Amino acid sequence: MLRFIARRVLETIPVLLIIATATFFMMRLAPGGPFDTEKQVSKEVRARMEAHYGLDKPLFEQYLLQMKHLLQGDLGPSFKYPKRTVNEIIADAFPVSLELGCEALAVALALGLLAGMVASLKQNSFWDHFPMSLAMLGLCVPTFVMGPLLISAFALHLDWFNAAGWFFPRDRVLPALTLGAYYAAYIARLARGGFLDILHQDFIRTAQAKGASGARILLRHAMRGGLLPVVSFLGPAIAGLLTGSFVVETIFGIPGLGRFFVTAAFNRDYFMVMGSVLFYAVFVIVLNLAADIALVWLNPRLRFE
Amino acid sequence: MKAELTLQPAEAMGAEPSASFWKDAWHRLWKNKLAIFGLAVIAIMSLLCFAEPLLCRYVIGYSYEQQNLALGPAPPSRAHWLGTDALGRDLLARLLYGGRISLMVGLCATAVSLTIGVIYGAIAGFAGDKLDMVMMRTVDILYALPFTIFVILLMVFFGQNLVLLFVAIGAIEWLTMARIVRGQVMSLKHQEFVEAARALGLRHGRILFRHIVPNMLGPIIVYATLTVPEVMLLEAFLSFLGLGVQPPQSSWGVLIKEGAEMMEVYPWLLIYPALLLALTLFCLNFLGDGLRDALDVRGSKD
Amino acid sequence: MPLLTVNGLQTSFHTRAGVVRAVRDVSFEIERGESLGIVGESGSGKSVTCYSIMGLLPQPPARIEGGQAIFDGVDLLALSRRQLNQVRGRRLAMIFQDPMTSLNPFLRVEDQLTEPLLIHEKISRADARRRALAMLEEVGIPDAAHRIRMYPHEFSGGMRQRVMIAMALITKPDLLIADEPTTALDVTVQAQILELIKKMRGELGMAVLLISHDLGVVCGFCDRVIVLYAGRVMESAATEELFYQTKHPYTRALQKSIPALQVKGQPLHTIAGMPPDLHHAPPGCPFAPRCEYVVESCSRQEMAAVEVLPGHRSACLRVQQENLPL
Repeated sequence: MLRFIARRVLETIPVLLIIATATFFMMRLAPGGPFDTEKQVSKEVRARMEAHYGLDKPLFEQYLLQMKHLLQGDLGPSFKYPKRTVNEIIADAFPVSLELGCEALAVALALGLLAGMVASLKQNSFWDHFPMSLAMLGLCVPTFVMGPLLISAFALHLDWFNAAGWFFPRDRVLPALTLGAYYAAYIARLARGGFLDILHQDFIRTAQAKGASGARILLRHAMRGGLLPVVSFLGPAIAGLLTGSFVVETIFGIPGLGRFFVTAAFNRDYFMVMGSVLFYAVFVIVLNLAADIALVWLNPRLRFE
Repeated sequence: MKAELTLQPAEAMGAEPSASFWKDAWHRLWKNKLAIFGLAVIAIMSLLCFAEPLLCRYVIGYSYEQQNLALGPAPPSRAHWLGTDALGRDLLARLLYGGRISLMVGLCATAVSLTIGVIYGAIAGFAGDKLDMVMMRTVDILYALPFTIFVILLMVFFGQNLVLLFVAIGAIEWLTMARIVRGQVMSLKHQEFVEAARALGLRHGRILFRHIVPNMLGPIIVYATLTVPEVMLLEAFLSFLGLGVQPPQSSWGVLIKEGAEMMEVYPWLLIYPALLLALTLFCLNFLGDGLRDALDVRGSKD
Repeated sequence: MPLLTVNGLQTSFHTRAGVVRAVRDVSFEIERGESLGIVGESGSGKSVTCYSIMGLLPQPPARIEGGQAIFDGVDLLALSRRQLNQVRGRRLAMIFQDPMTSLNPFLRVEDQLTEPLLIHEKISRADARRRALAMLEEVGIPDAAHRIRMYPHEFSGGMRQRVMIAMALITKPDLLIADEPTTALDVTVQAQILELIKKMRGELGMAVLLISHDLGVVCGFCDRVIVLYAGRVMESAATEELFYQTKHPYTRALQKSIPALQVKGQPLHTIAGMPPDLHHAPPGCPFAPRCEYVVESCSRQEMAAVEVLPGHRSACLRVQQENLPL
């Protein structure tokens, strides 16, 4: 197990390097710079601003400098918010996004697993077709449609929640639902498939021959196998929740990292973009590792690779 | 009386008549009413969208870019069947036009991801050993990363032209296709029927085309059909962020974004595009599911 | 009173392509401590019979259309799920054909072994583990203390089957149903497994219902044998009598097909034709189309297996009526 983790950590380093390099060159080589949209400033002022941030040096030198800073954990200053460093902005904004992501994932798992398991037990009945049709709907309604719809229904018409903001615990509900809906649907289908697959296997029959009750069979015999496809999906799900948060944060006015990232990209806020990208990459990689560990724990056959 | 050993054709003994794999599959698909419904809807919708110029000219009477600033946003009426947007443009015309773009993005991006995925997966599958290991490990790592971030960066930095959009979105989706193709090639390579074909003395080409490829097509078709809705969702997502299709061109994603902005006062501007997109995705998913059942494929996605 | 009496069992499968009558009127008895073999080719209904008794058939599409399975005075077919669960695994145990797929790959052997004890007896986990370990040693798994914490895929085929046997016998059942326990194994391992079952049977004094398509296996193991064809009983007798005083053309044909009994150089004996399509079973004796002793009235009446000698039943019309010499 430890070797497995060590190997994965080692693999991460070249990946992060490539990401950082690719991002760096993509940004620098793109047309437009961070100060193009400023109000009409004179050439000298602009030159001075660029020199201040080291943007006048040759490209390769800038690259090495950037790498050096990154290794020291210094993500640089932000162009858009000159008084704050990228580290500070991320430290403020990330916990918000993290909370949103966790809540959405909780919603997705709770709804999805429940629906999927029930559907697999009552295959081809109403309790199968109905949740699965709802799930299909969830897959086809994009987040940025679901959001406004939910706001319109529950915040504007029923007045149960605020339409935007992130101040009260209540404010978490609609964004979490919006972000989690798609994944709940996906997980429901995966869980149903996984459990159905398991429930038709021979060893379930053996368990029945032993006199095990339905609940026991479901919880002890079927659970691990049935959860496999869901856990396999967790990796890409986390990546997806991350990108989905960009939209949700925009719609609900949530001060999360996603919003900062997108704005930074538009504003050519180099350091902010680099910082966010790397931060996300590390985060996703770590979570994927956790998901893979969970997968190996669930499926003993994988433990001997 | 000694029983004689004779070989009779299976049919003479009452077995079912044989049918080709594809005929069988089509038969199964046909029985799945939901999938056929989806297929029909998609077909009709595609027809309408791609006939948009004609329809606009002869049936609707307005083109997608014709503005009517005096009218402004108006609810559905006799003149404008689905209403108009903020600039007085006919919504139905814009929906048809946007549909053309959305569907085209869906098809082209899927084609891109298909091409990359199939080539990559086939190489990995055929090669085996170290090359396969390296290639698939790369896929594993890439799979975990939020590709979308890079697409966002790409679109922001390098401008929004449609071709770049196809390539970028296609580049997100190729990973799963590569995995599926590689898995198929690997398992088929070792299957007994390939060995049997070799034992019968068939040439490599014949084995490849008459035996391996037909077995690969199934999952590929299924996955391609299921990729199109994902791609369309991605396009809508990018458009929502302002990164996808740019005016004066339009797509359902752009229309949804415009509609969402004015949702409270002019709900029809959000409802109709959202409805159309959801309906299309719905039908594509049902069709994909139906194809999967008909071709009896166990994809890695669901 | 016999331990298990099966009376007129009828099981069908209702599929979209029609109704398949897999078991059509099967009756037999097993006494305490007796070993009974059920022999038949694929599709004869032997496995379905046992699954019906154990209640392991999913009730759509399967349906038990009639009959009883009276186990120690109680009709298993009439029990509720919960009542059945109290009998299964405790007094009535079953082992299956393919030990790889029949063991749960996600659970350790220890957990699977202790499960019947934890379900059916009031016993502490520690005690259950001790008994599981003892059982594992009993069935001949080397280094049992270490192996018990492993997963099924770490065992070989033969050892997995031993684990299954241990799992089935740990509650000391009165009847063990063994559905083709050796079919998936190598020939040498087959003999070992059968010996093991024989040994355990001796120690526990339990009855065994052994299902097989292999006459040789049944011959070496069982006191009595039933021959099934197309869901009906063709012949039932004590083993020796079945072989030396065969009273049904099908059984005779099966014996003749055993390659070892043929003279070298002669063509192999086969039974012409194919088993009937159970969707549309023709009237009369199901073996009639392939039988070398067939006469016209064979295809008209369905014959039940009737005693033609003491303790020896046959469903052949000609044997019953004319005492046909076979």
